[in-house]
Amino acid sequence: MSRKAYITLGDRITAATDLVSQSSWWGQIQTWVEVLLTRLGLRGQGLVVAIPYLWLLLFFLIPFAFVLKISLAEAVIARPPYTALIEWTEDAFIDIKLNIANYLFLLQDDLYWKAYLNSVKVALISTAVCLFIGYPMAYSMARANPAWRNVLLMLVILPFWTSFLLRVYAWIGILKNNGVINNILLAFGIIDEPIVMMQTNFAVYVGIVYSYLPFMILPLYANLERLDNTLLEAAADLGCRPIKAFFSITLPLSIPGIIAGSLLVFIPAVGEFVIPALLGGPDTLMIGRVLWDEFFANRDWPVASAVAIAILLLLIIPIMVFQRFQAKEAEAGTA
Amino acid sequence: MAEAHEVDKRLDPWNDPHATPYIRIQNVTKKFGDFTAVNNVSLDIYKNELFCLLGGSGCGKSTLLRMLAGFETPTVGTIYIDDVDMGSIAPYDRPVNMMFQSYALFPHMTVENNIAFGLKQDKEPAAEITKRVADMLELVQLTPFAKRKPHQLSGGQRQRVALARALVKKPKVLLLDEPLGALDKKLREETQFELVNIQEETGVTFIVVTHDQSEAMTLSSRIGVMNEGQIVQTGTPTEIYEYPNSRFVADFIGSVNIFEGRIIEDDPDHVRIESDEAGCPLYIDHGVTASPGARVWVAVRPEKIQLSRDKPNGEDNCTIGTIEEIAYMGDLSIYRVELDTGKRVRVTMPNLVRGTSDRYTWDERIHLSWQASNAVVLMT
Amino acid sequence: MNKNRSMFLISGLAFGFAFLYIPILSLIIFSFNESKLVTVWAGFSTKWYGELLRNEQILDAAWLSIRIAVINACFAVALGTLAGFALARLGRFRGRTLLTGMVTAPLVMPEVITGLSLLLLFVAMQDLIGWPAGRGVTTITIAHITFSMAYVAIIIQSRLSSVDESVEEAALDLGARPAKVFFLITLPIIAPALISGWLLSFTMSLDDLVIASFVSGPGSSTLPMVVFSKVRLGVSPEINALATIIVLLVAVGITIAGITLNRQEKRRQRDMQMAVAANE
Repeated sequence: MSRKAYITLGDRITAATDLVSQSSWWGQIQTWVEVLLTRLGLRGQGLVVAIPYLWLLLFFLIPFAFVLKISLAEAVIARPPYTALIEWTEDAFIDIKLNIANYLFLLQDDLYWKAYLNSVKVALISTAVCLFIGYPMAYSMARANPAWRNVLLMLVILPFWTSFLLRVYAWIGILKNNGVINNILLAFGIIDEPIVMMQTNFAVYVGIVYSYLPFMILPLYANLERLDNTLLEAAADLGCRPIKAFFSITLPLSIPGIIAGSLLVFIPAVGEFVIPALLGGPDTLMIGRVLWDEFFANRDWPVASAVAIAILLLLIIPIMVFQRFQAKEAEAGTA
Repeated sequence: MAEAHEVDKRLDPWNDPHATPYIRIQNVTKKFGDFTAVNNVSLDIYKNELFCLLGGSGCGKSTLLRMLAGFETPTVGTIYIDDVDMGSIAPYDRPVNMMFQSYALFPHMTVENNIAFGLKQDKEPAAEITKRVADMLELVQLTPFAKRKPHQLSGGQRQRVALARALVKKPKVLLLDEPLGALDKKLREETQFELVNIQEETGVTFIVVTHDQSEAMTLSSRIGVMNEGQIVQTGTPTEIYEYPNSRFVADFIGSVNIFEGRIIEDDPDHVRIESDEAGCPLYIDHGVTASPGARVWVAVRPEKIQLSRDKPNGEDNCTIGTIEEIAYMGDLSIYRVELDTGKRVRVTMPNLVRGTSDRYTWDERIHLSWQASNAVVLMT
Repeated sequence: MNKNRSMFLISGLAFGFAFLYIPILSLIIFSFNESKLVTVWAGFSTKWYGELLRNEQILDAAWLSIRIAVINACFAVALGTLAGFALARLGRFRGRTLLTGMVTAPLVMPEVITGLSLLLLFVAMQDLIGWPAGRGVTTITIAHITFSMAYVAIIIQSRLSSVDESVEEAALDLGARPAKVFFLITLPIIAPALISGWLLSFTMSLDDLVIASFVSGPGSSTLPMVVFSKVRLGVSPEINALATIIVLLVAVGITIAGITLNRQEKRRQRDMQMAVAANE
């Protein structure tokens, strides 16, 4: 920014501040806020909405605008390490420099493509495995007698309350070359050489499935528990065998639970960082980890932002589907 | 329509042109988006009345009640209570209390505290609150249960707590939303009378919303029948039952046989109608204001029809058919008769004598007749 | 009941729970291992607990994390309750869809994205208005409040949806103003949801590594950040000891909560039977 622009801008700000301070500025602000709130259709109860609304706008939604903005900037060695998009030129024009080089870079370097696709693959497979393990569990829990049901539910929730990081860490001790599994197998003479499991894709799958399994079980359980048992009795009464009743009654009715659970696993798994960082090898490329490395190791904020935008583009549809589902659930609860 | 019935104007304020209504609902309309829940309703309710809004689900009766309580604001129109415009008055400032269908008892408070809640909001002195709560508990016979919480009470007890809580503030109007809806049949009948007694004892004006016609008949001084957001008829239970003004009301309250026909003779003191459905000329002893040839309907209640094996004298209001079905209900029997015209008619007869062998039976040919004063002509 | 089928279900359940709990059990067992190699058993010892309690770095980080978690939980409950209340009770206000979106999206948003976006916001804010000055406890707390309040809002909303709205209307009808209704009626009824929302916010703040890493500054390393930097270098018996303590605390907490809930439920049922009996 040129010196001249600084000065003019500074003068204007001073003039403006003077004006405000001369008036009864606090009352002024209050009136503005009131007018603003009324404009937005907020009165009395409106404040109840306004406070969390503004918080989430400021700290959840607006930050994405900055990610977008910085993804279009250039990396420089400075503090903060990126160039400004908007500059005041000598003759007080605004000069907007949009730099799509970061995106072109992502497209050209196949490291990013591989990481991107690999993340989707890992997330999809993990979701499928979670569903495969979680569905029978949720089903048996929902069919267990009520006294047991609460105990089982608590057992599913308990790991969720303990540290995620430490639970991932536990797998290092189990999977590594002199870890629990290899020690047991060696002790029984089943293998002679330790099996390499740590720092492989396998370890990442195990970690993700393990960490996200409760997220699959809980919505499925909530759905299956609501299932009206008389429907199954009616099916049996009409001559339907239990297996068939499961596929023609229980399964179709539990689809909302399946979708909710799958999205709860899939979406965060795509951007997962901790699990590939701790359990995966150097060649386990996942996009969340790439973002992290760009940011922390390379200090390239613009490329990290571009990666974030790329992840968001991929996830925006699943996230919207998930929201529709949540909203529907909430409405159903109200009715 | 000609005045066909005499009523005592001295006792009933709604027939006295000089009486001032206590609650005036004027041209009230309520819309939710495109849906019109209440459509241009005007209604006057007088002090000390027990007024019932009767209608099926979705007819707008609950919305009207919620507008009186202040939970909904009319899209158009005004509501006056005791000559005060309620338009800008919030629910918590209205001299109106409500008994909710779900009772809406505060789950975390004892019976006593539930009842005292409203008085505490008015910052009444503690001694006054204690006294009035005790009186209320006495009135609804719940004194031994004062310290219990709602979930420790039976349905009937909860209903009485809800009533006491709404009455303790001595509101000008008490609104009751399906007050007996959640009770089982036997308890409901007992409570109906209890409710009327409490209303008479306290002198509070009650407005009751219900979908149960027998409940409305037993409770109310007057009934407003609602359909599709409009009040289709207002009147005492007798008026509504004996002189319905439309096929909807006739059919909604009790059961009724309706014959379609055309006016052939319209005099001030009688009307004669030709009906293919009835299979006989219909003669009614009150006049209508309609041109001859107009399409009308004649309603006859099942209990007003006589059955006989011999043909009665005269041609009017006398037709013939075959008994198709008989339902023995204990106190009375319901006969379904297929007229020779193909129209099916419902007739009820009380079983006055036990075990008569001379009862009418299936497939018997039977004459049906009714008196000229027992039918009503309906224009819509 | 078909015997084969129930056998199948029970074994599925057993396998699932084994999968969930064996890693946790192994953490606990090896925390008592004499050897530094963690997974090679060399006799029982509690020495790693002693080491843990002497590790200033871990203790400092833990204390910092707990402070952040407490502040976060209080703010998140306050803000989340407002949001949940708005969604469940205020009908169709303008911008409702957006609020619903902003409340549900943080539940699934990958942490790296949330973390990065918040950091960029904080940097830009510092440029524009000079606040927050640098990154540290404040920025971590704000970040945690943002995602915690979303969870609280969902919990409160679903709890309120199951509460009959006419209970609040009754209080209005009896003369209480809206604010009073909220404090006298709504809050006491949703108290259990407030408590679980608080605990959940506390736990999630205590557990967060990724977002905190983005928005923390020098001298504000939270417990997960210290743990991560340690376990990245390999297993460490002190971390096992730490994990055991956390698991123990959580297990005790959840068991107590479970027993209390169970008791309340039983008392409730007994009361209800009593009420029915008294009526007859």
